[in-house]
Amino acid sequence: MREAYDRVDLTTEHMRDLAHQMILIRRFEEKCAELYSAEKIRGFLHLYIGEEANAVGVMQALKPDDNIVATYREHGHALARGLPATEVMAEMYGKASGSSRGRGGSMHICSAAHRFYGGFAIVGGGLPLAVGLALADKMRGNDRVTCCFFGEGAAAEGEFHESLNLAALWKLPVLFVCENNGYAMGTALERSESETDICRHAQSYQIPAAAVDGMDVLAVEEAARDATEKIRASEGPFFLENRTYRFRAHSMFDAELYRAKEEVAEWEKRGPLVQFKRWTIENDFLSDDDYAMIEQDVAVIVNDAVAFAEDAPWEAEEDLLKDVTTPAAAVL
Amino acid sequence: MRRITYRDAIREALREAMQKDERVFLMGEDVGRYGGAYACSKGLLDEFGEERIRDTPLSESGFTGAGIGAALGGMRPIVEVMTVNFSLLCLDQIVNNAATLRHMSGGQFSVPVVIRMATGAGRQLAAQHSHSLENWYAHVPGLRVVAPATIADARGMLWSALEDPDPVIMFEHATLYNEEGDIAAEGPWAVDIDRAAVRREGKDATIITYGGSLPKALAAAQTLGEEGVSCEVIDLRTLRPLDTERILSSVANTHRAVIVDEGWRTGSLAGEISAQIMEGAFFELDAPVARVCTAETPIPYARHLEAAALPSVDAIIAAVRRTLRR
Amino acid sequence: MIAFRMPSLGADMENGKLIEWLKEPGDDIKRGDILAVVETVKGAIEIESFDEGVLEKHVATLGQSIPVGETLALIRGIGENSEEVDAGFRAESVSGDGAPKATPAARKRAHEASLDLAGITPGTDGVIGLEQVNAAISTMSEKPDADKTGATTKTKTVKPGLDLTVMRKSIGAAMARSKRDIPHYYVSSPIDCMALTDWLERENEKRSVAERILYAAPLIKAAALALLKTPNLNGFYTDEDFHSASGIHIGVATSLRGGGLIAPALHDADKLSVDNIMTHLRDLVGRVRTGRLRASEMSDPTVTISILGEDTADAVAPVIYPPQVAIIGCGSISKRPWVIDGDIKIRDIITVTVAGDHRVSDGRAAAQFLRHLSNAVQQPEEL
Repeated sequence: MREAYDRVDLTTEHMRDLAHQMILIRRFEEKCAELYSAEKIRGFLHLYIGEEANAVGVMQALKPDDNIVATYREHGHALARGLPATEVMAEMYGKASGSSRGRGGSMHICSAAHRFYGGFAIVGGGLPLAVGLALADKMRGNDRVTCCFFGEGAAAEGEFHESLNLAALWKLPVLFVCENNGYAMGTALERSESETDICRHAQSYQIPAAAVDGMDVLAVEEAARDATEKIRASEGPFFLENRTYRFRAHSMFDAELYRAKEEVAEWEKRGPLVQFKRWTIENDFLSDDDYAMIEQDVAVIVNDAVAFAEDAPWEAEEDLLKDVTTPAAAVL
Repeated sequence: MRRITYRDAIREALREAMQKDERVFLMGEDVGRYGGAYACSKGLLDEFGEERIRDTPLSESGFTGAGIGAALGGMRPIVEVMTVNFSLLCLDQIVNNAATLRHMSGGQFSVPVVIRMATGAGRQLAAQHSHSLENWYAHVPGLRVVAPATIADARGMLWSALEDPDPVIMFEHATLYNEEGDIAAEGPWAVDIDRAAVRREGKDATIITYGGSLPKALAAAQTLGEEGVSCEVIDLRTLRPLDTERILSSVANTHRAVIVDEGWRTGSLAGEISAQIMEGAFFELDAPVARVCTAETPIPYARHLEAAALPSVDAIIAAVRRTLRR
Repeated sequence: MIAFRMPSLGADMENGKLIEWLKEPGDDIKRGDILAVVETVKGAIEIESFDEGVLEKHVATLGQSIPVGETLALIRGIGENSEEVDAGFRAESVSGDGAPKATPAARKRAHEASLDLAGITPGTDGVIGLEQVNAAISTMSEKPDADKTGATTKTKTVKPGLDLTVMRKSIGAAMARSKRDIPHYYVSSPIDCMALTDWLERENEKRSVAERILYAAPLIKAAALALLKTPNLNGFYTDEDFHSASGIHIGVATSLRGGGLIAPALHDADKLSVDNIMTHLRDLVGRVRTGRLRASEMSDPTVTISILGEDTADAVAPVIYPPQVAIIGCGSISKRPWVIDGDIKIRDIITVTVAGDHRVSDGRAAAQFLRHLSNAVQQPEEL
């Protein structure tokens, strides 16, 4: 981490808040892995562990009225956006109290109230949607940014290029956030892209782009604040490439044959939590006691989320077809 | 009454929608300066401007997805995908996003987008520009699929589709654009897109069809009528959800069903309708259900071969006679 | 696939001859539907399905004599797939048993008009359609006397007929087994049934000839009520043990013209009114004589009653029909001198004899039965 950061509110309170969010995501997901092994959570479970600084950092720059489009690795984004851990956990259980009433699961956490349009699980599929949300805002005169998260694997998809082109062509308020963790599932970036500098793709569409250390939450926050400021100034879209790393497997059932353990260990040394903890203690923002308190608070939240999900009811099977289309009564 | 073409009817409907609701806008390839590949939006750019008559690059997935996103964001977009053939490039957005969002968000989001596209063969455009893939979309829960087959439906169905809070795919058969017909001088134009329409009443056999095959079915029914065979012709109008009730009640009266569908026979909408008749009106049948579909071949270029591949009036007449066992 | 088998309808049934199919392949089968008619030594019996599904195919052929337990037909259960790949509807195809092809609508229309498809001439393509059925219906209405089923028996059924020699042999075998295996005891009592005969006379005066009640009806009802109180007489002795029956299904011994005897069940006789019993009796006797009994009527009796006709004999000591455990024999009603309160009066007397199975009950049960029966008979209006 660096010695100084622009645009970041360097106060104990803010540091405590960032630490709390990242630790919550970490502990929440560690619990998810445990629950997955116990068959409480099923389907695909893609953990964000190692990448927490990205969601937490970017969210600092977003306002409650902004839109978010995320991927299937979106627990961290949902929690950082403020969705209750209880509802996110219940969704993973498939319960009726889940954020999508058990219809979405881990990959499709949604919340209209948080303008969190959901986890989209087809790589690249969320980008055109983000363009459309931004188009609607531009046409309606809303001062709003649509933030679209995706991985570097999406850069190989046609929808990535179509969306960047459209957003630039129509000067739409989209913040594209590429969380480049180096691997599209198991395929390393250099094995799938002729141009490994993702920012250059964006630049070729005349979109201003910046690469940032995705393991440094303050750097991410700083970059995101800079980007959203430019977008809000009606300069069109902005492209952020967050260079990051996932510590866990792609999904739960992954032997990780494609990367060396040493590589993972090397990145873990620069983990977003360890770096941030060291930095905040060294710079006298937080103490070991503060971290112990945060861990305690987080443990309560995670335990409550699990208890909530355990106790939550199942959706009635009679309601299977509910919400496939809008019920006639709801049509105005 | 006044006489207009199907194309005029679509254009009037577009203009009316743009005037009535400022959230409505049209986007697609060449809808603006070019005036639409089928000239449906000719003149609208001058009237409504570039924002609302929005030309897009050749990025079917991108702009269709953008239409879905804009619908999520509170607009009422009309996305024109030039033809169903190109819609395969945005199948992901339609099937994975538009159709699922409401359900996978537990009812939190709806996608009031209308996606229009031309469909069908008959103009010697060969294998890549002659598809009839309506059934691919009709297969997917979460979508509504409509196919205006008459001038009046072309005039009225767009607004009904825009009023639907869920995604609607609208298929306009390319051979219909030049069809002329009389419609009322003034509205209302609204079409009940929940119900199939009986285009001709009859008692000996029911011909079930939609879109570009309707004129063929009506011609067949006319010829058979002159021979004393009375055919009921049902225009499905909406391919999803199907008006099963109307289909079954007609078959219960006539005891014979012929389905005319420009899709390929295997896995066709005709197959689905046939199954529904079997499930709901088996004991009313006095003959096996007959299907008149497109031959199992990519559509050939040569005129006579294309004609041989597609449902024809003669084939419909023969199929009806077969059900009458004559 | 569910096998529809030749049922065992009684201890004395070893096989049956298939004489008519009432369901065709493709027909829906509900529990209780009659599938076929089988000629047994006791006459033609309609046999029913206890399973649901669709008739897959006939296995046995008409006219064949089939041992109990052998498969007659296959029923495709709900949710099961057809064993054979459906070759689709082909007008020219003809099913193996020669049954006519008919469209679903034609079948439905024919069924509504109680018309047998076998009697209808198919169209030129060999298929019976609505047109052909409608034509047959209008022909029928022109000739109201036409026998709807007449045409069918020729092609589809083998004429039922009872081989009385075989039946005699069969009765003989069953009764020999009964006398060999069942230690019979007999208890007998003359009963004053003047109250009953007087009541019948009064009742029948009000009725047309066709609606008159025969004394068998109230007698069966009285016996049923008495059996309610003596459950040891109502049931089956099987597997070396007595199993009392949950319902009272009285087999009514009915003699056939030309000899022979059948005792089909009158189900739940204790719950029926006398009028209802009379109606059932008429129906049963009628069907016994035409040889059309249902399988359940043959296999269900829990006890048998034998009522001798008028002016035949004073008393009868019958032989139990296994696996039942009792049989009630009623002699003719006749005028007899009877002592009432020290005076000799002329009364209508019936002698009732109960034969019981000593492995299950003894004479006391039969005596109790007779007392209850006598009491019931004194108040016929209560029956």
